[in-house]
Amino acid sequence: MSATTIPNRPRLRGIRWRPVSNFFSGLTGLATFTILALLGIILSTILVNGLPGLSFRFISTIPKRDFFEPGSAAVLPMIVGTTIRVFVMTLFVIPVGVVTAIYLTEYAASNSLYTRVIRAAVNNLAGVPSIVFGLFGLGFFINFIGLGFDSLTHQAGPQLGQPCLLWASMTLAVMTLPVVIVATEESLKSIHPGLREASLALGATKLQTIVRVVLPNALPGIFTGGILAISRAAGEVAPILFTGVAYYMRDLPKSPTDQFMDLGYHIYVLSTQSPNIDQTKPVLYATVLVLLLLTFSLNAIGIVVRARLRGASRSSH
Amino acid sequence: MSPSPNPTTSAVPLPSPIVETRNLHLWYGTTPALRGVSLSIREKVVTAFIGPSGCGKSTLLRCFNRMNDLIDRVRIEGECLIGGENIYAPEIDVIELRKRVGMVFQRSNPFPKSIFENIAYGCRLQGLKDRHELHDIVERSLRGAALWDEVKDRLHESALSLSGGQQQRLCIARAIAIQPEIILMDEPASALDPIATARVEELILELKRDYTIVIVTHNMQQATRISDYTAFFYLGELIEYNETNRIFTNPAIKRTEDYVTGRFG
Repeated sequence: MSATTIPNRPRLRGIRWRPVSNFFSGLTGLATFTILALLGIILSTILVNGLPGLSFRFISTIPKRDFFEPGSAAVLPMIVGTTIRVFVMTLFVIPVGVVTAIYLTEYAASNSLYTRVIRAAVNNLAGVPSIVFGLFGLGFFINFIGLGFDSLTHQAGPQLGQPCLLWASMTLAVMTLPVVIVATEESLKSIHPGLREASLALGATKLQTIVRVVLPNALPGIFTGGILAISRAAGEVAPILFTGVAYYMRDLPKSPTDQFMDLGYHIYVLSTQSPNIDQTKPVLYATVLVLLLLTFSLNAIGIVVRARLRGASRSSH
Repeated sequence: MSPSPNPTTSAVPLPSPIVETRNLHLWYGTTPALRGVSLSIREKVVTAFIGPSGCGKSTLLRCFNRMNDLIDRVRIEGECLIGGENIYAPEIDVIELRKRVGMVFQRSNPFPKSIFENIAYGCRLQGLKDRHELHDIVERSLRGAALWDEVKDRLHESALSLSGGQQQRLCIARAIAIQPEIILMDEPASALDPIATARVEELILELKRDYTIVIVTHNMQQATRISDYTAFFYLGELIEYNETNRIFTNPAIKRTEDYVTGRFG
């Protein structure tokens, strides 16, 4: 007898009903639909209620009178403040994050205790609640570094020892550091090891290999990290609460040591401090819409730049 | 240390040994990969390393430009001399060593840069900036690798737009651009089709006029076609090392005969 025959082999023809399999594919589809539906509801509500309040005047003027009232409300200082704090943050987070990732992937012994401690620290940093970063910024940047610097330079009043754009941005940079480190590390690891070998075999030093071969190929990944950091930071309010945001300022921030107004914080102010909620509602929706548009366009800029970079590295140089 | 015989005073009509190992041992962690290999490789000939997978031939090749340094937990004992100098001596500059001992890898690995920049890379590392000089070197290297006529009109296109065989010849051109004395080739044709392989083999025969070539190959016909000397390795030991036609027609050791006739491996 032949041992390999399977008894009762079913016909090839005929579509069979496989309940468990079908149930699970249905379930995954349902989950996807739920997410999309929720997103659709949120976005359409904001769009429908926010569009009427949106005008060129709204986004291009500094509110001089009551900013709870639709007639005089405006968000230019908030747009400016949020944009600047996000860009200043990237100035800090990208270099520090990239250098850390280079150390972890290129230099550190892959499994030493030291490396494992750094990795654990990075992962834990990602899990710290953002309000804790706010308190950290207050304690470390403002009270320790800022006031310390002021007392060293014998300032009459606090110059750096107070909440401002610089400290808020640096607090955000600390918060988004893990995102940049992880994204950069992933892109460094994805570079074909043959490229490093080729460079070293031609007599390149490790530094030359990193600067000339590894980093140029990792740039898109570094940009991904930057984009993720920007999207996370643009909408965060808690870290800047104690470190730089102002309830109201009559002017745009002029220097890194100025305080600033912020879209996310302003939404909080509009929804909790208004003397007349019904009157403020259109302003609130319009401000939320502006924050969403700003976040999307910051992301879009990053994605376009990254796409160009990829295109450039694929073609000639 | 025993006094080393000076290779330049050798009166034998053979080419002088340029690479020499003496009782070379290598461990990956606690796993031995080379067990006391002693051999000397002659100048301006092609030497082939053959043997079954895991026999240590690639490991030995990577000892010659210290690429094994990149791997964690590698331990080496014994001596490896190039031009009479022990390259594992503490005062040896690995960067200088690798400029003299070039390498071509199994999988072609051009940089995602232009053809021109790929070839110029090694010279730029050494600080050469002059555009004309670089162009001369690029042209000379590409001619040397028999690739010039195919790519001369598109030097500034991406090297990744070349075919697999062209990419491998580009890697050879890149290696010879910095004028090494020795070129190590780790199965350079194993990922290529027969026509591209034939071109690489022709190229190797051309190159041996100017360079000492050590090539690891799994392809025994390839070894007979291109090499002057062949070394057969088995389980980290050098079993037999002789002129290629002796190894393939009249090996002294039974195990070599079994391998080259295809009875095992």
